[in-house]
Amino acid sequence: MDEKTHTFRYTVHGEDFLSAGEASMHAKRTLKELGYSSDLIRRVSVAMYEGEINMFIHAGGGEAKMEVGENEITVTLIDWGAGIPDVDMAMREGYSTATADIRSLGFGAGMGLPNMKRFADELTVSSTVGVGTKVVMRFAIRNKE
Amino acid sequence: MMGKMTVRELGDKLNLTAFCLPNPDAEVTGGYVGDLLSWVMGRAGEGQAWITIMSNRNVAAVAQLTEVACVILAEGVQPDSDLLTAAEAHGINLLGSARDSFTLAVELGKRNKE
Repeated sequence: MDEKTHTFRYTVHGEDFLSAGEASMHAKRTLKELGYSSDLIRRVSVAMYEGEINMFIHAGGGEAKMEVGENEITVTLIDWGAGIPDVDMAMREGYSTATADIRSLGFGAGMGLPNMKRFADELTVSSTVGVGTKVVMRFAIRNKE
Repeated sequence: MMGKMTVRELGDKLNLTAFCLPNPDAEVTGGYVGDLLSWVMGRAGEGQAWITIMSNRNVAAVAQLTEVACVILAEGVQPDSDLLTAAEAHGINLLGSARDSFTLAVELGKRNKE
């Protein structure tokens, strides 16, 4: 990160599932205004939305931060939820601990973290059971449109 | 590949119900079928017509993030009021049909060749 980094902070609410996505939508609009490529915007906003959904489902909300630097965008997601006992397992496509209620809304397919990994250039998950989870995603800025 | 076709033209050809059509001139470049939102989010592409039976506000969020050309609710599914409100607020084309996802996908595919 450098001096020209712009930081945007969001609160991810844990009460209303249907409001999930506010942070990623805002991030998407912001990046569009800043003139980044649609591919980069899509990757950042989809990955962030998955993070928001995860924080809602598993942690009762949390905080999201997007830092836009010269060469990369970093998204940091922090929650104080139950934590992930086995991160490797959670990274597997199709593995989910979400409830039937969440599944009936179209989520809980076990694609959240795998999608985040797929869309970010780098994904770091650190989690402590009973304390919370921190996810850091880095996206390289290859070219500005 | 698909010839040039707008959402309005697709709606006319497939006889779809338009629940919300704020952007009728958006070009349809293909299709995607899926109800698991994370799956759709990871795979659906810009400009596609997304066929689903899922109807809640998150559908609008996913449509917005993936920049699909439109959402088609299959099997006579009606948009719930949250979805309709979100689609109107965010400029999402939302259509529907009594036909099932498979039939809609086949009909969408046929338009390729016209």
